[in-house]
Amino acid sequence: MMSAITHHTPDEMLAAYAAGTLPHVFAVVVASHVSICVDCRAALGAHQAVGGAILEGAGKVAVSGGLKANVLASLDARHTPEPVFRRSGIYPGPVMSALNGRQPRWRKLGMGVRQDILSTGNDGSVRLLYIPPGQAVPDHGHNGLELTLVLQGSFSDETGRFGVGDMEIADEELDHTPVADAGDPCICLAATDAPIRFRAFVPRLLQPLFRI
Amino acid sequence: MEGSGTSTDGPEISEQTAWMIAVRDNRDRAAFSVLFDFFAPRLKGFVIRAGSSSEQAEEIVQDVMLTVWRKAASFDPHRAQVSAWIYQIARNRHIDIIRKERRPLPDELETQAEAEPDSSQIIAIEQESTRLKTALGRLSAEQREMIEKAYLGELTHREISDQTGLPLGTIKSRIRLGLDRLRHELQGLR
Repeated sequence: MMSAITHHTPDEMLAAYAAGTLPHVFAVVVASHVSICVDCRAALGAHQAVGGAILEGAGKVAVSGGLKANVLASLDARHTPEPVFRRSGIYPGPVMSALNGRQPRWRKLGMGVRQDILSTGNDGSVRLLYIPPGQAVPDHGHNGLELTLVLQGSFSDETGRFGVGDMEIADEELDHTPVADAGDPCICLAATDAPIRFRAFVPRLLQPLFRI
Repeated sequence: MEGSGTSTDGPEISEQTAWMIAVRDNRDRAAFSVLFDFFAPRLKGFVIRAGSSSEQAEEIVQDVMLTVWRKAASFDPHRAQVSAWIYQIARNRHIDIIRKERRPLPDELETQAEAEPDSSQIIAIEQESTRLKTALGRLSAEQREMIEKAYLGELTHREISDQTGLPLGTIKSRIRLGLDRLRHELQGLR
């Protein structure tokens, strides 16, 4: 399954994900892409191997005397593991985790387009987008970086076609108009590190209300 | 006890991997204890380099080593060396503790329960790791420093991208060789 993924996570982004320096909203998208892309899972494994080699070569600093005894004494301590959210339908684990296990609650954006904001904060926002076939995501530019991962259906824009598992990376340079292809509605996971400037149906003044 | 395995005739699974398998399959405390002795001082040095105080570093080392024990079931030597697996746990826990947010993690692959370990595959992964260490050792001091910064979490993805001309490019060719094998292994699991 999914062997047709042609748009991948760039290597430096995987390295930053492994090292933990990717902003949270992008990490949600990268973790989701790795969940469904064998190539990027392998590439992430390679970066973890580099990290492991650096860890093994790290200068040793003696730990204090009681630390090991503490750890050994804690091995049997009762421990409640963090909840693990597994893939549900088209939504990979990291999306289910961001949804806290619930199904999406779609809010209308106009023209049949719907969204569910998973998280929004100082480092940007990450949301699910639902776009009916043939419908355009309104013409928008970005102030920063935007990652879009297709979870269902497909869309096309000036740069190509993006199907299930494909990830599009757009920056300030790209002024694009993604249009959902015929077939199933297109459902995407999209993250930005800055507010998107929609030009068409949501006037700029209303953007704070929609949090886009 | 420096984990490079005793090789009498031909390569064998490294001590580290053997210890980790014993922890995973037998909840072996003696194996965990030697694993602790090997990794705890390195983890502390690593976390301090990544910007933690000595006190906080110990908190993170403790947390990481406990996580190694608790999550041992998800260690799969066919896909990752012990150090790579612990590296990711260390970065995850460091970030969870410092930023107090839950880091998004990929879905775990189903491990083949009851499957016989394939020692040739495990050794192949370890050999890639050894070659990777050799490749890292051949870098110039500045290049090595840059790589370390990236994987210690001191560079953003944009900074890494800006630096790719030098060190990442050098080790990338090394990484690529290991990728095909790993990819093949992962595809077999789908």
